[in-house]
Amino acid sequence: MSTETVAATDVARDGRTADSPVLEVTDLTVTFPGFDGNPDVHAVRGVSYAVGRGEVLGIVGESGSGKSVSSMAAMGLLPEHARITGSVLLHGEEILGLDDRAMAAKRGKVISMVFQDPLSGLTPVYTVGDQLAEAVLVHDPKTPKAKAHDRAVELLDLVGIPNAAQRYRSFPHEFSGGMRQRVMIAMAMANNPDVIICDEPTTALDVTIQAQILDLLRTAQNETGAAIVMITHDLGVVAGFVDRVLVMYAGRPVEIGTVDEIYYSSRMPYTMGLLGAVPRMDLDRQGALVPIKGTPPSLSHLPPGCPFAPRCPIAQPECEAAEPELLAIGSQPSAEAIRLAHADGGTAPGSTGVHDTGVQRVACIRSGEIADRGWTAQDIYPVPEIPDVPAADVPREDRPEMLRVEGLVKHHALNKGMVFKRRVGTVYAVDGIDFDIREGETLALVGESGCGKSTTLMQIMDLEKPQSGSVSVMGKDVTTLGKSGRFALRRDMQIVFQDPMSSLDPRMPVFDIIAEPLRAHRTGTAEVTRRVYELIQLVGLDPEHATRFPSEFSGGQRQRIGIARALALEPKLLVLDEPVSALDVSIQAGVVNLLEELQARLGLSYLFVAHDLSVVRHIADRVAVMYLGRIVEIGDTRSVYSRPAHPYTQALLSAIPIPDPEKERARTHIVLDGDLPSPANPPSGCRFRTRCQKFITLSDTEKDTCVNVEPQILATNGGDQGAACHYAERRQVV
Amino acid sequence: MSTTETSTEPAPAPAVPPAPNRLRDIGRQLLGTRRVIIGLGMLVLLLAVAFIGPLLTGWDVGERDYTSLIDPPSPEHWMGTNRTGQDVLTQSTAGLQRSLLIGLLVALLSTAVAALVGSFAGYFGGLTDRGLMWIADLALVLPSFVVLAILSKHFVGNGGWLVLVILLAAFSWMVTSKMVRGLTISLREREYIHAARYMGVPPHKIILRHILPNMSSLLIADATIAVSTAIIGETALSYFGLGVQAPDISLGVVIADGSRFATTAWWMFMFPTLLLVVLVLAVNMIGDGLRDALDPQSKSRRS
Repeated sequence: MSTETVAATDVARDGRTADSPVLEVTDLTVTFPGFDGNPDVHAVRGVSYAVGRGEVLGIVGESGSGKSVSSMAAMGLLPEHARITGSVLLHGEEILGLDDRAMAAKRGKVISMVFQDPLSGLTPVYTVGDQLAEAVLVHDPKTPKAKAHDRAVELLDLVGIPNAAQRYRSFPHEFSGGMRQRVMIAMAMANNPDVIICDEPTTALDVTIQAQILDLLRTAQNETGAAIVMITHDLGVVAGFVDRVLVMYAGRPVEIGTVDEIYYSSRMPYTMGLLGAVPRMDLDRQGALVPIKGTPPSLSHLPPGCPFAPRCPIAQPECEAAEPELLAIGSQPSAEAIRLAHADGGTAPGSTGVHDTGVQRVACIRSGEIADRGWTAQDIYPVPEIPDVPAADVPREDRPEMLRVEGLVKHHALNKGMVFKRRVGTVYAVDGIDFDIREGETLALVGESGCGKSTTLMQIMDLEKPQSGSVSVMGKDVTTLGKSGRFALRRDMQIVFQDPMSSLDPRMPVFDIIAEPLRAHRTGTAEVTRRVYELIQLVGLDPEHATRFPSEFSGGQRQRIGIARALALEPKLLVLDEPVSALDVSIQAGVVNLLEELQARLGLSYLFVAHDLSVVRHIADRVAVMYLGRIVEIGDTRSVYSRPAHPYTQALLSAIPIPDPEKERARTHIVLDGDLPSPANPPSGCRFRTRCQKFITLSDTEKDTCVNVEPQILATNGGDQGAACHYAERRQVV
Repeated sequence: MSTTETSTEPAPAPAVPPAPNRLRDIGRQLLGTRRVIIGLGMLVLLLAVAFIGPLLTGWDVGERDYTSLIDPPSPEHWMGTNRTGQDVLTQSTAGLQRSLLIGLLVALLSTAVAALVGSFAGYFGGLTDRGLMWIADLALVLPSFVVLAILSKHFVGNGGWLVLVILLAAFSWMVTSKMVRGLTISLREREYIHAARYMGVPPHKIILRHILPNMSSLLIADATIAVSTAIIGETALSYFGLGVQAPDISLGVVIADGSRFATTAWWMFMFPTLLLVVLVLAVNMIGDGLRDALDPQSKSRRS
């Protein structure tokens, strides 16, 4: 275990280094020509930034905003048919347009990259160590093999791989995702590069692993003194890690400034909406999230004016006239000037290709006005009123029980052999969990991947007799149900899945998708038609969409279709399996608000499964934290978040970055060691003890209890909160 | 509604629009595709040729003109004669009658059987899977040629060709069914299948409504290929006298007959082969159109 303060890096955050930038990108554009009569895709349209030595620049934006493509272009990694213009200066030398051989000499030596997906970043047929040594050898073939080997071991040790010398001979599949990402970072820093581009380096990882990797990236920066370009969609990660932020929208930078300027005094409606749309884990009552209506424009059919204007609540007619330049606040041309210029048939005033000067600059013609009036996201975005849940007045104990799970167990057998299968082990996917959900309540089941939360859901939804324990829905024990009883119960419980693409049959039009549950439960044709259109309107879609297919919708709209389908039979319990984790922040806010509104209007109960603890804090009344198939802490959301008692909950909450730079810098992260143990071979006694930050501070006799006795959930605050830890202690971590 | 993404004003629900009809949509789209129209036109033309052709030539199917053996096309015999003096045009068009029926029926039957067996085996797994795949494996290892040879005496007479159709189909579904099974196993874990299950949709409906439509591309491609395979397969049988039995005649028999003279008397081979090519082309065009109509992703946005 290690505890580390998010300290400022060596370089001052507010000032830029005096010497010339290491990487300077000016007016970069990338166009993918359309084939077969398709229009060209303008993926990047005029990106300029500069990063100095030791500086960290964050590039944020939603999917499709061109943030990854711009960095790939800088690395020369785009396919040949992409048309790239502009300039990329590395140490003052133009690298755009260099041929592949010349670029190869730079890549990995002067400029290197950490990719998002650690699974595909390593070659599966070579050992991890050999791949690392290759990174050293390829740039200096004269290095003796032994020396490259030593350097590889040293690097593995540096990125925190235990037993580096032995692990040198491991193959990538023997490493977990987090460890593979460590190797990728080791590879990126092998030759002490001057620039490291990190493309969503933690997106595919769990929060506790994310905290480890961010820690490691800070180490890598201190070690190499490199400039880092951090590309991410996670505004929390950016807050604590970077010095300056570049916000991208529809292939263009729309705002650039220091991290504090962007977070506390953003002058671009898009950035403001984005920040308002993030659910906050550190705020007790945040109110409704700020939804940004609509979806990002298609990069092949861009509107002539500001690309954000169709979604912007304060758009003026002038916004549609020409695309605003990225200019310092207050130096935007007035609306009058734009009108005149437009009337003359001239193009936008100002020139393209502004150099990155280090001051906050905004691409919005009303930025000066926003600054003068001190508007915030809440002022310019219409925030929906979410009514209160009607059942909230009744005390919890008096409300009817919607779902009760007691001692639920699901073990998978590990078999070996083709003909004679023999059992070689057991995966303890879910190992005895209890919880209940009352009417109008939301229980969130949280935990990292592999903790058994999805298995729990499937077990509940199957309505079959569990291997052990019991599941009762609305007071009916599922073991006593016959076929018809089970069918009838399905009316009252429905599910919304994580991936809005795969949860809708791509061959079915929306009407048939929403009608399916109604038809399955033998509803009359006229009634089906009426109900489907009612549902389409309820979730905020257009009745004209009924004949379209799922592929014609955006992620957020698809998730709304999924919700409409789940609501078709007027269920009382809705099971939500990570319903917003595949969506962009601005879209996610709309869906979260919709879920809250529906709960209030229809009196639904939710079982909400998520790994994103910020969303959970926003939506859930109670929360249950799972670790390796067991619940380690359960209680009402406010108590658990403000004073978690179990060390794992504390670590989990502490690992989540908060989208607030000042708070984030002042926080102390608890960084857990290692990875989740295999659920096929869980530790004895307390399952968390192998990674527990509390365990190592205990005396030997106290440790014995942890090793030998499995802790049960005991109340920790005399109320609803309970934790499964022998030494539970309520503590504030957020 | 205040959280809408698409419309901000609370649109007053108009008179409920009628429910869209999926089958009608697909049908309309099929007829709107030029390729399908051409394919259908070609198929109708072939049918016309097959049934009207033999009446126009003035020769009977079995009739021999001993004065002209292996004659090139002439006003008397528009497509020449074969080595026993039979009119090639009469022979091929009459043969086309049988071959059209055999090809289309075998393709439909074998693909349907393959789809059902494969999807049920893949969806249910366990005993159903093992039982059905055991049957498929058995059919694969059975020497189909021998079985056909033994049963060939049943192909004679009225309706004999139907027995042949069933047997040809019975020996051509196995490989496809294994592919279907594999695809089903991967589709079974999709979330929309789970969603349908949790709604209470019975398994056979899930298979027919979700699983089979989602592999329609494979099934249609398989069926179009099966048409020509069946016709050619029947040719091979006819070559050994095990296919369509005289006095019945099939395109396969005529092609097999003419192929030996392809270089010396081209008309005996060219004309029946041309008919086969046109038939396969027509079926392929219809199949392509059907695949596009069923797959919403194969085309760009429709409004």
